Amino acid sequence: MKIVKGLYYSKDHEWIKIEGDRGFIGITDYAQEAMGDIVFIELPDVDESFAAEDNFAVVESVKAAADIYLPIGATVIEVNSKLEDEPELLNKAPFDEYIAIIEGFETDELETLMDADAYEAYCNSLE
Amino acid sequence: MGKRTCLYDMHVQYKAKIVDFAGFDMPIQYEGIMDEHAATRNAIGLFDVSHMGKFVLKGEDAKICINHMVTNDLTTLENGQAMYAPMCYEDGGTVDDILVYQHEPDDLLLVVNAGNKDKDYKWIESHLLPGVDLKDITDELCQLAVQGPKSVEFIMTLTDALLDTVKYYHFMDQVVLADVPMLISRTGYTGEDGFELYFDKKYAQTIWTLLLDKGASYGIKPCGLGARDTLRFEAGMPLYGNELSETINPLEAGLGYFVKLNGDDFIGKSSLEQYKNQPKRKLVGFELMEKGIARHGTDVLSSEGDVIGTVTTGYISPTLGKSIGLALIPYAYDKDSMVVQIRKNRIEAKIINKRFLKQ
Repeated sequence: MKIVKGLYYSKDHEWIKIEGDRGFIGITDYAQEAMGDIVFIELPDVDESFAAEDNFAVVESVKAAADIYLPIGATVIEVNSKLEDEPELLNKAPFDEYIAIIEGFETDELETLMDADAYEAYCNSLE
Repeated sequence: MGKRTCLYDMHVQYKAKIVDFAGFDMPIQYEGIMDEHAATRNAIGLFDVSHMGKFVLKGEDAKICINHMVTNDLTTLENGQAMYAPMCYEDGGTVDDILVYQHEPDDLLLVVNAGNKDKDYKWIESHLLPGVDLKDITDELCQLAVQGPKSVEFIMTLTDALLDTVKYYHFMDQVVLADVPMLISRTGYTGEDGFELYFDKKYAQTIWTLLLDKGASYGIKPCGLGARDTLRFEAGMPLYGNELSETINPLEAGLGYFVKLNGDDFIGKSSLEQYKNQPKRKLVGFELMEKGIARHGTDVLSSEGDVIGTVTTGYISPTLGKSIGLALIPYAYDKDSMVVQIRKNRIEAKIINKRFLKQ
């Protein structure tokens, strides 16, 4: 299982990468592995705002649909629309393919999330 | 922890993801549903289906006895032949859909859905004729499905039996394959040619390993229940719990071919005759006109927006790449398209032939 240093992680297996006042959010390698072949993704609307823990996207594997939660309150400013035609990229490169870019979040809220080491320990505890 | 088939250790060894299915810890997939699905369509898929319920029905009137409990006409069944048959309640609702194998008219093998096994046993037991004996042999046997266009050629390299002469829905008993005696039938649940193998479970691991080793050059892959479901769905085959249930009769499910109302009496016959004269629902195939997946339980709406039915199974078809499904809707609905409600989105669903692979 791949885990990238320097990112924030949620217990629902999303990652957030911070660049300046923007954040990139995606799903982790653990998440894509657990879901299996991903065949469809429902992206949020650009300019849509969400509270922390809101369901903001849906990722569907062959067998099931999984709600994806925004771990922190934020506004979506861009989506990775490439995933609409190639959802399988989330299986191939989960840390390269973000789902959305967000703005307008409180930096304090990030501190409620895990760093890479804590997330790795968390995943191991689920085995 | 659930029940385990004789191949559970093999599933773990082959890195399966294990899920609960009908009380069994079963492999949902090994490497991935898409690859397993493709292997079965293009080469060979190997499935552990030992969880399926298996009953022996013996006695002079065994055939008469079970023929009275199923909607198909077993009187035409010959020795060495198998027949698919829905089994109904008095009201026409479906108890289960089963396979009946005939060794002799007084010696039958019934193969039933794992999730219905206990219910079926009680149902059949309560309708037994005097002198007919029912025995559950599920735990004694390993059952494998070897499915795909290269199955026949491959399996024939492992035995002297002339399996290519076995016709669809026929079987050969006491076939010796790798020194193991087994019953091999030309049956399956994938829409592909292939066999199902029934043998003593003590040989389970040997045969499983042998098939995967010797089949490697044919492109064989172990396949889980995930691919089993996408394969049967694409082939237009019903799944009990989706297309059939205690409240969905076989005529509604489009299985009229297996409901022989002209033959002998059977449980549920008069209800089904009545239903045939006044049908209320029908199972249709559909294709979504936009992206999305209409899964089991999704509401179906008329083009005017009224809820008229429900999706019984829906997937992005691995073979066709389209988002398709089966839905139970009013018999009288005669438009070319309907609407499915997926979360907040309403998506047009064009009605298409439910034999998805044939169009």
